[in-house]
Amino acid sequence: MNNNADAVKLARRENHKGINSSSFLFDQLLSVSFDQTFLSKRKVWRKSLVGKYLLMTAVIGWFLVLIVLPVYGIVKKAFQNGLTLFITSLTTPAAIHSFVMTFWITIAAVIINTAFGIILAVVLVKHKFRGKLLFEGLVDLPFAVSPVVAGFMFIILFGPNGWLGSWFEAHHIKIVYAFPGMLIATLFVTLPFVAREVMPVLLEFGLEQEEAAYILGASKWQTFWKVTLPSIKWGLVYGITLTIARSIGEFGAVLVVSGSIINKTQTATLHIHQEFTDYNYAGAFSAAIILAFASFIILTTMQCIYGRKGIH
Amino acid sequence: MGIVVQNLCKRFGAFVAVDNVSFEVQAGELVALLGPSGSGKSTILRIIAGLERPDSGEIYLTGKDVTSLSTQKRKIGFVFQHYALFKHMTVEKNIAFGMEVQKHKKEYIKEKIEELVNLVRLQGYEKHYPDQLSGGQRQRVALARALAVEPKVLLLDEPFGALDAKVRDNLAQWLQEFHKKLNITSIFVTHDQNEAIKISDRIVVINRGRVEQVGAAKEVYEHPRSKFVASFIGQVNLLDAVVKKNQIFIKDTDYIIDNNPLTLPLNKGGQGGCKKGENNDLLNEGDVVLLIRPENIELNGEPKSQRDLPCLITRIHYQGSHYKIDCAINGMSVTVIENKHNIPQGQWHENQRVFLSFRSFRIFRAEEGHERIHEKLKELGYIE
Repeated sequence: MNNNADAVKLARRENHKGINSSSFLFDQLLSVSFDQTFLSKRKVWRKSLVGKYLLMTAVIGWFLVLIVLPVYGIVKKAFQNGLTLFITSLTTPAAIHSFVMTFWITIAAVIINTAFGIILAVVLVKHKFRGKLLFEGLVDLPFAVSPVVAGFMFIILFGPNGWLGSWFEAHHIKIVYAFPGMLIATLFVTLPFVAREVMPVLLEFGLEQEEAAYILGASKWQTFWKVTLPSIKWGLVYGITLTIARSIGEFGAVLVVSGSIINKTQTATLHIHQEFTDYNYAGAFSAAIILAFASFIILTTMQCIYGRKGIH
Repeated sequence: MGIVVQNLCKRFGAFVAVDNVSFEVQAGELVALLGPSGSGKSTILRIIAGLERPDSGEIYLTGKDVTSLSTQKRKIGFVFQHYALFKHMTVEKNIAFGMEVQKHKKEYIKEKIEELVNLVRLQGYEKHYPDQLSGGQRQRVALARALAVEPKVLLLDEPFGALDAKVRDNLAQWLQEFHKKLNITSIFVTHDQNEAIKISDRIVVINRGRVEQVGAAKEVYEHPRSKFVASFIGQVNLLDAVVKKNQIFIKDTDYIIDNNPLTLPLNKGGQGGCKKGENNDLLNEGDVVLLIRPENIELNGEPKSQRDLPCLITRIHYQGSHYKIDCAINGMSVTVIENKHNIPQGQWHENQRVFLSFRSFRIFRAEEGHERIHEKLKELGYIE
């Protein structure tokens, strides 16, 4: 039966060669039988299965080369000389100091940029003003500017002879080569994340629910906390996750601004770089594992929260 | 006194959305703001709620001037077309929201939720989220939420606009019964004349930001003050005619419609009186427009009197409960509504010569831009 239909189909295809395609299609539509539709459906299905396997292989291969192998390499290197060396190289004062530094910079950057990001998103979505487009472009600037260049910008601005730096210098406040400068650099590179993730959610959210809240007697502040914030929270969570990940991983801008002074202005990434250039591979890879692990935890938590999103 | 709107004006840039609008709503009344889309009716409602600031004019709620009061302080219930429910809250949280921000006691809130859930017949849905409810259920939650704060007035912005026809009808009827029970002063905005006629106590007809007429459904339908009102509410035929030597002729023909136009009142459109007996303007010679409701036309195979108009049936449309028959007179189309049982007997068919007699009609001066109104109504789909 199937063979038969196949033959018919083939014959028809031969027959219609050279005839314009629309009439061929029309003919097919008219004379389509159950057998034929069934057959052609199965063929399409088989085809898509081949495509699926090809795609899967490509994805797995890519994944292997870019993620699995490098992680395996780091783990192997770190534990090459046993667990003891792994622990001792992580507990040196310089290593501990660098992790503490990264921790505080990340906390501060997340708090400041979450608040600022929400304000930015609200202003850009709900208000109309002159030069709004230019402003929106500026928000994305940190994505476009190389972090190293950004670091130099802050040196020019806050350096001992900089425009603002000289004022701070006169008041004995250290900005560059100190924590404040490193924080400013991190704030700069993580600026777009919260704003960019919250903006589309806020736009979709619209105005009606807020208006409904006002009519029910809620103040602007109450409306923000009880109505707006819960509605944008997934965008916000995503933005914060990206901010954390970027703060932990930031290297270039912080390197320039901090001066990378051991036990003073070294973050975890700078510490890894230091150990690496000092040929202390065990130290470098041990610290790298901790950072990789931190990223892994953040991503998994994120996934769990996202999984729950469907059930509110 | 329920709601008083006085000399309200609102512009958006160069566009005049609300143009000197005044009307009153008695305490306990259910009033419809009826008009085509873009006529400014929603803007008026939003101004009453305090969601928009008027450029000028005053709003009084239960006798108090609230024009400069914030939305929060007006104590209004508002139902949005697209519900505007808080999506991250359950039905009971939605209803509780207003009472919680107004710091009511927990026991009171609990009691009130139960009462309202019963009132809008949503028992068993308290823990559901809005996206687990149907459109009609969501709108009932929105209504319960609005009523929870015991508002002085209830405003509904196209409350059934997003629902399908069947649910719409049921909910509209339910709202009417509901309003009778609660007796809360209410305004609802709609572009659906049937809805307005069916459930409102009075109708305020709005066109291009202005009040065209205020009155009970019957009055607005039977005694329209302007051509706009006549043609917007209900189906209507517009016929060009001429007044000559005390007679009304169909334009460019010698068909006489009425022999004694001097006894007819003339509707000037807008403010003029229009009831019979209070003629303030007798008909002069010149071009006029006749407005005739389809149900006021009688269709006959033979002329009953000399005044009957000969015409040709061009199309017969099946409408379910009745037939709509299009006839042509001198290039103009007239629609007649015929009872179902007249057709199966084979009484009417297309291309048949028939005679029309008008039981009643209204007459307006032609210079009021009849063409434009005609086009506008066509555009809106009110006439074909």
